[in-house]
Amino acid sequence: MSAADQAAVMRDHPLRRWIRAYADSRLALAGLGLLVLIVAAAIAAPWLAPQNPYDLMQLDMLDGRLPPGSVSGDGELRYLLGTDAQGRDMLSAILYGLRISVVVGVAATLLALLVGMTLGLVAGYFGGRFDALLMRVVDIQLAFPSILTAMILLALFGQGIDKIIIALVASQWAYYARTTRSVAMVEADKAYIEAARLLGLSTLRIVFRHLLPNCLPPLMVVAALQVAAAIALEATLSFLGLGLPVTEPSLGLLIANGFQYLYSGRYWISLFPGLALLLTLLALNLVADQLRDVLNPRLRKS
Amino acid sequence: MNSVHNAAQAVLEVTGLSVGFAQRGTVLRAVDDISLHIAPGEVLGLVGESGSGKSMTAYSLLGLVEPPGQVSADTFRLCGKEMRAADERAWRQLRGRRIAMIFQDPMMTLNPVLRIDTQMVEAIHAHRRVGRGAALEMAAAALQRVGIADAPARLHAYPHQLSGGMRQRVAIAIALLNAPDLIVADEPTTALDVTIQAQILAEMQALCQASGTALLWITHDLAVVAALADRVCVMYAGRIVEQGPVDQVLAQPAHPYTRGLLDSTPAAAPSQHADNAGATRRLSTIPGLPPALGERPEGCAFRPRCARASAACLQVPALVAVSPGHEVRCFHPLARVSA
Amino acid sequence: MPFFILRRCLQAVNVLVVMSLLVFAGVYAIGSPLDLLVDPQATTEDLARAAAALGLDQPVWVQYGRFLSRALGGDLGDSFIHGSPAIGLILARLPATLELAVVAMLIAVGLGVPLGLWAGLHPDTVGGRTIMAGSIVGFSLPTFWVGLMLIMVFSVQLGWLPAGGRGPTTELFGLPLSVLSVEGWRHLILPATNLALFKLALIIRLTRSGTREALQQDYVRFARAKGLSTGRVVGVHVLKNILIPVVTVVGMEFGSLVAFSVVTESIFAWPGMGKLLLDSITQLDRPVVLAYLLLIVLLYIVINLVVDLVYALLDPRVGRGGSGR
Repeated sequence: MSAADQAAVMRDHPLRRWIRAYADSRLALAGLGLLVLIVAAAIAAPWLAPQNPYDLMQLDMLDGRLPPGSVSGDGELRYLLGTDAQGRDMLSAILYGLRISVVVGVAATLLALLVGMTLGLVAGYFGGRFDALLMRVVDIQLAFPSILTAMILLALFGQGIDKIIIALVASQWAYYARTTRSVAMVEADKAYIEAARLLGLSTLRIVFRHLLPNCLPPLMVVAALQVAAAIALEATLSFLGLGLPVTEPSLGLLIANGFQYLYSGRYWISLFPGLALLLTLLALNLVADQLRDVLNPRLRKS
Repeated sequence: MNSVHNAAQAVLEVTGLSVGFAQRGTVLRAVDDISLHIAPGEVLGLVGESGSGKSMTAYSLLGLVEPPGQVSADTFRLCGKEMRAADERAWRQLRGRRIAMIFQDPMMTLNPVLRIDTQMVEAIHAHRRVGRGAALEMAAAALQRVGIADAPARLHAYPHQLSGGMRQRVAIAIALLNAPDLIVADEPTTALDVTIQAQILAEMQALCQASGTALLWITHDLAVVAALADRVCVMYAGRIVEQGPVDQVLAQPAHPYTRGLLDSTPAAAPSQHADNAGATRRLSTIPGLPPALGERPEGCAFRPRCARASAACLQVPALVAVSPGHEVRCFHPLARVSA
Repeated sequence: MPFFILRRCLQAVNVLVVMSLLVFAGVYAIGSPLDLLVDPQATTEDLARAAAALGLDQPVWVQYGRFLSRALGGDLGDSFIHGSPAIGLILARLPATLELAVVAMLIAVGLGVPLGLWAGLHPDTVGGRTIMAGSIVGFSLPTFWVGLMLIMVFSVQLGWLPAGGRGPTTELFGLPLSVLSVEGWRHLILPATNLALFKLALIIRLTRSGTREALQQDYVRFARAKGLSTGRVVGVHVLKNILIPVVTVVGMEFGSLVAFSVVTESIFAWPGMGKLLLDSITQLDRPVVLAYLLLIVLLYIVINLVVDLVYALLDPRVGRGGSGR
């Protein structure tokens, strides 16, 4: 193979092609940039936040419910986004809340992906009775609104970050199982899998080295969409008082805390955490949208 | 054959027709400066491989090119009407009435959720004010004309209840409904079984002859053209590379591409291969692939695949006559037997 | 066709039985209601008596058997908290929730289909792009937060609309409805809009992609080649094809609309069954939760059945046992 040929192959490497196709949309690039910023802010929250919103020593009740831009009683701090009823700096609370929301969303998605993908692979590759049973369960699960499944489980387990992750996994694994299974079934019938079998490769190797990589592109699309769904669902459940406890306030709880103050015109306690949540979901959806176009050639715009 | 050049009575007269797609500052021409003229009742074969621009040519003749595609022409007269600046309204009056079209895949051309009668009656009502009962009678008669037995029952069917050949017959019946002057047929038999192909070909020919309808038959199959057409245009990479009376072009192809097509077509007018007479003809293929839009070479687009190519071919050759009515776009036309 | 309906009904009964078992098992596992219901200072005998009165001293499967046989007679048990039949409590609140969900779905379809169609026909115009961008934002909006913002803007700042409650209702065939009076609409419009937003975004995208796909089909080109007007091509040939996925999604999403009304109802203090569910979950009122879930399952089954039937009417390719081939 000549150098030119090699360069041509490199140019046509799927990853490169995907990156180029992704970069086609400026909106999608903006979404990706926003997402990187948000994740960075979530990770760096303790260093970025002007105060630690959960260190009660740092809070001053006299600073409660100050509008955006106010200066703290001791003149040391400017509350850019105002304060809540406890005199907590909203900007700090949002950064910490974002951290919790992102961690819960990503953890739940990865776990659900792992569970769903494994079950889907096994069902798709081996078929038979396990497949039939699994698909029946998946159908029932998917027919049921995710919020109900999660509500019932949280009522069962009680509040807590680990419990909400379990509830989210339980209400989302089925999407991955179904996607993986349908791709795996198509791929398992193809000649290259038959060839691998004839070569005497072990089943594990066939499933994980040959089958799995082909299932990944559609799973990435589903996962990107489901991270957004998981974060939104967690926020909703926390808003309803079923999700995270008051000691670990995610964005949903912050918004709920501001609900009663809305009527007296103190909009900032609910408005800003909601905007943060909106931007997070928007960034994720923009990325997921473009991923779907890029990874699903059938739907690609001509 | 010379009467063909009489523009006054031509059904279709286009010169300098191009269909371009703007892309990153340049314009890619799917159809590049082609000229066509079709006399009443004439059958013109337009031959080319997929990607040669023949379907885009067909769409442009009915004003069906969608943005971002852009059509331009020096002359564009259809049934005596000037169409260069025609708006959608003017097009709509001609489409389905004076010029009709049949598509390649009959599985895709009929709307799957509408019954046959709906799809036929609306084609009549688009151009004529007749009652539904009269329209249904016309539809049933049209179905009978294309050889569909039990027409009234078929009218109540949905497309999926008919076979592929039957569906193509329905499409043909729809095209013939308003007795058009010209039918553009874009490979209408390619998707069908060979036996049904032959039947439909023969029926189309008979129907058009009977009604005096001109036919532009687009195909990649020279054998079909040999059996059907009066004249043939060979298209390559958006340009017409050779055109002329079908006997002459098939017997004495002047363009290397036409020659290559003939050699790779089983039994395209075999008796006319004077040089091969007596010997068993071997099928050969043209090396390489037709270029994709946007990767077309400068000059003669066939150059990279052509054994006779020279430095001269970096320029686009003009269409030159090799005999009356027979023209070729090549600097090195094949040696001809007769002068 | 009758056979098709019968088969679907049998399937539905199957699903209902399986779901009742699952839901019962799930809800049974939710803490002991005795801890909440009985005075903490009660003696062991008191506890046992209370348990016997509620049937909680029996093994699980006996409880399920009892539950099932009563359920067949329409009795889903009495609420632990309210003491009245659970099904009655829920049915009393069902019309409010259904009205909210139906109006929300009508808003989503009524706006979503035309907007999606327009965006699909003019994908590269400013309008088309704006509609698409709007639908992506709509997807990303947290429903509950939008509810708060609607209250903030329209009730608190502008003072145009009430912030919550259902207001007066008008009876029609015994059903209390809000849509029959202006005052009812003033209470209904904010929660219904709130609930509709996500589905609106969904329907816009679905209609747009369906339209774009249909426009590239040969049957659309063929219809244009027949000389049909743009109105007929879009209004009949395109629309009839995209209605099929739209109807399916409307059906599938209606159940989730009812489920998600839990959120909207709790924000707008809408007296529907979602609010009741939320309270029942926190109070461990098992029979009410059970009754709610079973009702939702039943709703899903009925909707699915209706969708399948409508589908068979819209798409000639399905549901007609023996087609021509």
